[in-house]
Amino acid sequence: MRVDLAALVSAWPFLMKGLWFTLEITLVGVAGGVIFGSLLAVARLSQNRVLSGFATAYVNLMRSIPLILVIFWVFFLVPWAIGWLTNHGRPVAVGASLTIFTTFVLFEAAYYAEIVRAGFRSISPGQYSACEALGLSKFHAYIYILFPQAIRNVLPILLTQTIILFQDTSLVYVISATDLLGAATKIAQRDGRLVEMYLTVGVIYFVFCYAASQFVKQLQGRLSYGARP
Amino acid sequence: MIEIRNVSKFFGAFQVLKDCNASIARGEVVVICGPSGSGKSTFIKTVNGLETIDSGEIVVGNFRLAPGVTNLATLRRTVGMVFQNFELFPHLTVLSNVTIAQTKVLRRPKAEAEEKARALLARVGLSAHLSKHPAQLSGGQQQRVAIARALALDPDVMLFDEPTSALDPEMVNEVLDVMTSLAKQGMTMVCVTHEMGFARGVANRVFFMDGGEIVETADAATFFDDPKSERAKAFLAKILKH
Repeated sequence: MRVDLAALVSAWPFLMKGLWFTLEITLVGVAGGVIFGSLLAVARLSQNRVLSGFATAYVNLMRSIPLILVIFWVFFLVPWAIGWLTNHGRPVAVGASLTIFTTFVLFEAAYYAEIVRAGFRSISPGQYSACEALGLSKFHAYIYILFPQAIRNVLPILLTQTIILFQDTSLVYVISATDLLGAATKIAQRDGRLVEMYLTVGVIYFVFCYAASQFVKQLQGRLSYGARP
Repeated sequence: MIEIRNVSKFFGAFQVLKDCNASIARGEVVVICGPSGSGKSTFIKTVNGLETIDSGEIVVGNFRLAPGVTNLATLRRTVGMVFQNFELFPHLTVLSNVTIAQTKVLRRPKAEAEEKARALLARVGLSAHLSKHPAQLSGGQQQRVAIARALALDPDVMLFDEPTSALDPEMVNEVLDVMTSLAKQGMTMVCVTHEMGFARGVANRVFFMDGGEIVETADAATFFDDPKSERAKAFLAKILKH
């Protein structure tokens, strides 16, 4: 069997479009997931039982079901839900991209929430007392004192989870979205170039993830407070 | 300045504070001492509301603290606190540690807050370390930053919760010197400390606590030379033996 590089060249722009979508999902997933996840983490740590109960239930639910199922739910149920809520009676079409972004934010937030919560718990209780004693409001304490320390303490884990998120984006093939793997699959099946396509995307996934994990490794060494200039 | 009336507190079934009463005048320096587990730290933390109380009341200046009072913003502005483990904010520079509460709590303009911070840090002898992070300083230096941070809000009262207990012996004095000069300038101070030299030399009065009670209050010289209660005698005999 011959490996045809020409097939790769002609498919390259399409693959790059897929890669771009993969990166988009990752970026939206990280940004939205960390923000929503941090709110969930704060809610879980809150004294308010209703708030912490809701956040705990949400996190446990999301972490107990496969991502692929969440993608299906959002894709098939949300149009019905919107239709029902807006009295259309019929489902309202929601684009694949919007479905995917929403899904990844909702799903990843549960994982980021647990990481950020661990970050908050790693801060000494004395820091909370110091904020209180200085009269900082809860909001100011979280924004300026606690959150920066929490994130810093768990940054390596946060990035590791992001690498997993990057790989998980490939699951969007179930609703026929064209991410990196989706693009490769489509061309592979159209042109019968399975080996070239799957090898290529394998290399691309590897390069991104390996680079990111090396970055995490470096970061771990530089994160101690004492080492700062 | 501070009135403490019939204050009691429970941790579950265990009573940490038993009907404590005390009155501290403006400009007075009070040292609280007693064996470990006697409720000293809990007691001092009730004064700025870090620990809630189950009964009684505490009046600091114009602020009345009682069980269930939750809006403590005014109290926190009046009372500065220094912790055993410094509790500086590790991700902020020394200067930012001293400015953050000024800008966020008092809403001082940044320039004014920094000017104030520089002056305070000069006062505690740390002008050379403004842009360092806490981890780059020695324990004694960190505790002095913590004192400057508390002073930045212009408190009427300063609370010290074992400020030198986490320090290496050679750094104890630099912190005590700052506290002594603060006392000389007329600051109202309440200090939980085992530094008996400081208590004798600087404090106006000593509160001796044991088992959650304020067993004895006396002016410093009287307390050390002629303690009244048996418990205080036993305590002093133990700590002053060597």
